[in-house]
Amino acid sequence: MEPMIDLQITVNGEEVSARVPARQTLVDFLRYQLELTGSHVGCEHGSCGACTVRLDGEIVRGCLVLAAQADGAGVETIEGASDSGELTDLQDAFHTRNALQCGYCTPGMLLTAQALLATNSAPSRDEIRAHISGNYCRCTGYQAIVDAVESVAASRRGEGTS
Amino acid sequence: MNDTSLHAILDRPNSYIGRSVPRPNIRRLLQGRGTYVDDVHLPRMLHVAFVRSPYAHAAIEAIDTAAAKAAAGVFAVVTGAELAEYCTPWVGVLSHLEGLKSQPQHALAIKKACWQGEAVAAVVANTRAEAEDGVGLVEVQWRELPAVVDMERALDAGTPVIHADLGDNLAWQREYEAGDVDAAFATDTVVEEVFTFGRHTGVTLEPRAILADYQASEEHLTVHHSNQAPHMMQNIFATHMGLEEHNVRVICGDVGGSFGIKVHTYADEMATVALSVMLRRPVKFIADRLESFVSDIHARDHVVRARVAIADDGRITAIEINDLTGVGPYSVYPRTSAVEANQIVNLIAAQYTVENYRARTRVVFQNKVPMCQYRAVGHPIATAVTEGLVDAAAAAINMDPIEVRRRNLIADDSYPAKAVTGLMFEGLSHQQSLARLLEMMDYDGLRAEQTRRRAEGVHLGIGIATFVELTNPSAMFYGVGGARITAQEGCTVRMDAKGNIICAAGVTEQGQGAEAVMAQVTATAVGVPLDKVRVITGDTDVTPYGGGTWASRAAGIGGEAAVQAGKVLRGRILDVAGTILQAEPATLDIRESRVVDMADGRDRIGLDEIGRIAYFRPDTLPKEFQSELVATRHYVPKQYPFAFTNGVQASLLEVDIETGFVTLLKHWVVEDCGTVINPQLVDEQIRGGIVQGIGAALFEHCQYDGDGQLINGSMMDYLTPMAAEMPDIEIAHVVTPTADSELGAKGAGEAGTAGAPGAVLNAINDALRPMDVRLNVHPATPEQILTALGTVKPD
Amino acid sequence: MKPAAFDYVKPSSVDEALALLGEHPDAVVLAGGQSLMPMLNMRLVAPSHVVDIAAIPGLDDISVDNNTLRIGALARHADLASSPQILEAAPLLSEAVLHIGHPAIRNRGTIGGSLSLADPAAELPACLLALGGSVEIVGPDGSRVLPASEFFSGTFETALKPGELLSAVEIPVPAAGYRAGFSELARRHGDYALAGLAAFGRIDGGSAHDLRLAFFAVGDRPMLATATARKLEGQKLTADAIAAAVENLGDDIQVIGQPGCGVETKLHHCGVLARRVLTQLVA
Repeated sequence: MEPMIDLQITVNGEEVSARVPARQTLVDFLRYQLELTGSHVGCEHGSCGACTVRLDGEIVRGCLVLAAQADGAGVETIEGASDSGELTDLQDAFHTRNALQCGYCTPGMLLTAQALLATNSAPSRDEIRAHISGNYCRCTGYQAIVDAVESVAASRRGEGTS
Repeated sequence: MNDTSLHAILDRPNSYIGRSVPRPNIRRLLQGRGTYVDDVHLPRMLHVAFVRSPYAHAAIEAIDTAAAKAAAGVFAVVTGAELAEYCTPWVGVLSHLEGLKSQPQHALAIKKACWQGEAVAAVVANTRAEAEDGVGLVEVQWRELPAVVDMERALDAGTPVIHADLGDNLAWQREYEAGDVDAAFATDTVVEEVFTFGRHTGVTLEPRAILADYQASEEHLTVHHSNQAPHMMQNIFATHMGLEEHNVRVICGDVGGSFGIKVHTYADEMATVALSVMLRRPVKFIADRLESFVSDIHARDHVVRARVAIADDGRITAIEINDLTGVGPYSVYPRTSAVEANQIVNLIAAQYTVENYRARTRVVFQNKVPMCQYRAVGHPIATAVTEGLVDAAAAAINMDPIEVRRRNLIADDSYPAKAVTGLMFEGLSHQQSLARLLEMMDYDGLRAEQTRRRAEGVHLGIGIATFVELTNPSAMFYGVGGARITAQEGCTVRMDAKGNIICAAGVTEQGQGAEAVMAQVTATAVGVPLDKVRVITGDTDVTPYGGGTWASRAAGIGGEAAVQAGKVLRGRILDVAGTILQAEPATLDIRESRVVDMADGRDRIGLDEIGRIAYFRPDTLPKEFQSELVATRHYVPKQYPFAFTNGVQASLLEVDIETGFVTLLKHWVVEDCGTVINPQLVDEQIRGGIVQGIGAALFEHCQYDGDGQLINGSMMDYLTPMAAEMPDIEIAHVVTPTADSELGAKGAGEAGTAGAPGAVLNAINDALRPMDVRLNVHPATPEQILTALGTVKPD
Repeated sequence: MKPAAFDYVKPSSVDEALALLGEHPDAVVLAGGQSLMPMLNMRLVAPSHVVDIAAIPGLDDISVDNNTLRIGALARHADLASSPQILEAAPLLSEAVLHIGHPAIRNRGTIGGSLSLADPAAELPACLLALGGSVEIVGPDGSRVLPASEFFSGTFETALKPGELLSAVEIPVPAAGYRAGFSELARRHGDYALAGLAAFGRIDGGSAHDLRLAFFAVGDRPMLATATARKLEGQKLTADAIAAAVENLGDDIQVIGQPGCGVETKLHHCGVLARRVLTQLVA
């Protein structure tokens, strides 16, 4: 039997105990063990951003973290961040501006956008583009995403509606 | 309301046509609750990983599977010969592409591997990780064969023939001639250019994915497939696995991007299905990213030698092209690897009135990943060549490139018209679109700015590309060649017991908004609010027979089927209403889910009440009356083989002539795709398509070495467009509806990709004009630009 | 692309980590994982053990003491970007680190990991070289300090011996008048560079002194263009002076081409970078 690891992780606020292959990545653990399939796999080498999740509050590539490394840590996925209502204005803006098409990059894109807005409440369009430059989208061409993030930033500053 | 007017649907009250409503039913995608194939788990499901050839060309002498079979978690290890008993081979030819030849292709290669990455054995295990462990333990005895990787040499006497049975490496060739090309070249100013287009690929963010579930007891196969054409795949799986077509169900749920990559037959996907039949258990295959690069179809590997003749008055008097393309070792099934070349021949100068044209194309086999249709098939190349030639010709006679276009574009008032290649145009708007573009981008202002900045040593470039786009194909595209690819669409709409409308359609959704468009059209046709409509696509058990999504057909063809079905259903609902109300159905209408008097809108009865009576109280209806609250209509374009659209794009960029780096500053499009159902969705398709085209123009290239090894097959090394380098894109529309349908909608999905590479390269060449250099290489990398400038010597 | 199976261990002290490395010669060290994980996923490496050093206390400390900036090996790139000590004492690092990948990568990647991997296209090795920094290495035989110029020995090759661990980075806090410049040419934001330059020197009335020009992504390791720098010693950094100095850059650094970007292109890019960065130093 291949080496296994015992984990205690808090996922979306829920305490989870699991025994997983030591080699299992965090995103695979979330998807297959916990059936939280909202985090997606696109490349498994950290280039596309589809697997973006939060580890102890910071965005990380779920494919570049071993589940074992998250032992004792707190993980938040798109499902959790969505259910808490934290992303509602971003999700609504994405919806009305069609900043998603196939939806595969969207969970990663939302968490990444939220991370930007947490540290920069008035990003320029160039800053938004630079911040999401590690999230591959093949469908939208990015402009609608930039529009959505820009409008939410303004709206959170009380300067307009998204 | 005049129900018999050509585009009566557009006069419906409370119409959703032309409205940018947000797509219904995508909240789940925003919340990470979509269902892509890898999200589906079936009981006792197994995972497959493939042993893939590390060589471009190698004979398989022996395969030792013993160690792999003994590995932990491995359920089966299967070779090509074993799997051939469950899956017959296929050949990617079509009869209307005369002379096209190709070797039969198996689900797993048997005698030899013909490209680096071709699957030769399958390991099926409890987890993907264990399957990969097994793959590492399979021992293949290879005998390396010379690799055929230089398309310029593919037909040389000394070059090995990949498939001896075929006699040579020529898959297909075609010649076309119209008018008197040689006379024009003898008389007028001639410019010659060579255009090189680098192989590239789709890189869908969700890789190819398939989950095959064979139920042996019923001889029934269910396939969850990340794919664009469920009915086509239903036929292919049934045919090659020896199953009855109606016992094969293909489900296309959420698909994470396709762009044509997912509308072809892949050996590893066929192998996955065959394995499920063989092993009588569900088998899942998810191509990982490294696999994708060596197994997803590639596209657009072409060298086009071209020349153009231009008279002193700016008339383009002749164009000639000699195209060479190196595809894979097999023509892909069932759409063939010759269509891209055929499109290029057909589309050169299609927007112009040139009368003298000669074209030759040769499609040759290579030991590289197979090539086939990818978004905008052939258009990007034809447009870049045509528009590059026009700019070069304009420069040669010192005429403004805009003026040359004005003098040669087919006039807006001259339709119906034909291209020099015989393409039939119902109605286009090249001139109006060009005028609109120049106005919206402030062309004159930009030229002045360019002059100013040049004096400061900043090299701005402005590039224009006009184009046509082929959409809404009839059976002339594939059906005539014998392919079981349907050009028609079906739509079934029914009213449920609560008055809601369910629309089941043969088109499919991969994010472009096909379901939204169908919902908008259905809601309009029947007369209900959008949230009363539910659209179902992507399930061969549930939807009418349809072609799925490709060649920008969903809105135009699928939408028309919905228009016609919706009209019939409205009529049938009103038949019931008329019976209940003792009124003539023709005096009634449905608006906002209420039956009203047509004349004054007086509210009569709700659809929910009609549902209650029709379904639960038919005893209250006349004995001779039977309500029928469902309607199916099919539609196929008949008047024109294709609904051509037109557009024009402009790129503004800066070339750093010291580094060769290009900065994209802005992009504009004017697009005419007929009736626009949802402007926002169309614009977003255009934007996404443009960025894909920019990828090909500047970044994307599947690079091969001399041994047929793909050397940049990862997302670190293969450069896809990312947000920081992309421009904002401004879009305007002209509307020339097609009379071939009531909806009048043409397609729009590929226009962005068709025109962007031409516009960007023309802009680069415009920036470099003072240095008297041109380059026609896609992608135009910094090194290519520095080489063109003479800063560095060519390799 | 799933890794081959391995044993995962998480030592809680340097001694424990060293013992594990000694016991398992084919073990790999996991710090941030941003370079190791892709290699594991692609099965480019298949170690018996993965030794996760993230739990070792103190390895991520950043401090200034005795005119030396000390950065623990586990300091994340994101920390380098925001640390007040680094912004003060070595702003070159804060600037360079923003070119590494993307925010999610920078939240995990570490300076120790980057330096130990020694990717020739990486920014931090070049910055260390430019700043005249050193690496502290711990091993079974104790600890040693090596200057950056002796640490990087080739593509993915360093002076680390089997069983050794890079534990910290030491950078002398510069005297007054020292300035840093940084520029890289990358096709896309966050990509590995096609060519890059980290420059450091003292500018005194427009003249350059003690210039260290560390080129990266153009050879098998970051390289100091020492002859070029010497030509500019004491010179005013005019366009002519710079042009003259970089004329023989090809003799000064050993440029290696890559597919699609050959030696000549890279060398040309280095010349352009030199001009732009040096001009900026005196701006």
